[in-house]
Amino acid sequence: MELTVRFFALYRERAGCRVSKVEVTDGATVADLVKSIRTLFPRLAPPEVQIVVAVNEEYAESDLPLSAGDEICLIPPVSGGRAAS
Amino acid sequence: MDDMIVITYDELEPDAFTARVRRDTNGAVVTFLGTTRDTFEGQRVIRLEYEAYEEMAYRKLEEIRKELKAEFGVEDVAIGHRIGVVDIGEISLVVAVASPHRGEAFHACHEAVNRLKHSVPIWKKEFYEGGEHWVACEDHTFHEGAESSTHSLAATAHDE
Repeated sequence: MELTVRFFALYRERAGCRVSKVEVTDGATVADLVKSIRTLFPRLAPPEVQIVVAVNEEYAESDLPLSAGDEICLIPPVSGGRAAS
Repeated sequence: MDDMIVITYDELEPDAFTARVRRDTNGAVVTFLGTTRDTFEGQRVIRLEYEAYEEMAYRKLEEIRKELKAEFGVEDVAIGHRIGVVDIGEISLVVAVASPHRGEAFHACHEAVNRLKHSVPIWKKEFYEGGEHWVACEDHTFHEGAESSTHSLAATAHDE
């Protein structure tokens, strides 16, 4: 399935776009999506930095399954440390 | 929501937020202003720019407002965040908390600022004479590549 992913701030600049379509297998989770995104945009974040994802306006756990209509956004660090999980 | 949560490109008017939370039952109103500072780690900041994931930022700010009312028993909380270009010395954040007693109002206001810096998807970029960077991005050096050891910004909880 094809997912639409939005980028903000630092990630928007590094990705060079505000929105990107990302192809993942049906039933893919947030972790699967992040893996694909790291391949597509290798300079987005170094491996030791966790890429935080919001799905439908909530911080998402990595095992959350995704659907084609989801509103997906990558959230760069907001302040001193992020609290997604 | 009666404008209790506002994200705007326009200048923030603190009095408007204070007025929104005031009731005859309040004994205390605490209003915090976050203002944009002209230096960061010794470098001269020319201007700042805020970017928000607005839909989620509204939702998170409303969540914080509800939490504080429940946890501290304050009567109401109004929050305004400015986005876009903000010049030095201007107000980027207003938090107004009203409560029957001052202790809760001070605590809740402090906590509101802490929480919003942590969970609300709004980002700040500082522009210097010699460059620019997103505040609080721990992996900043990765962005700059090898030429820069500039900043490790980890926990500069931004008081603006």
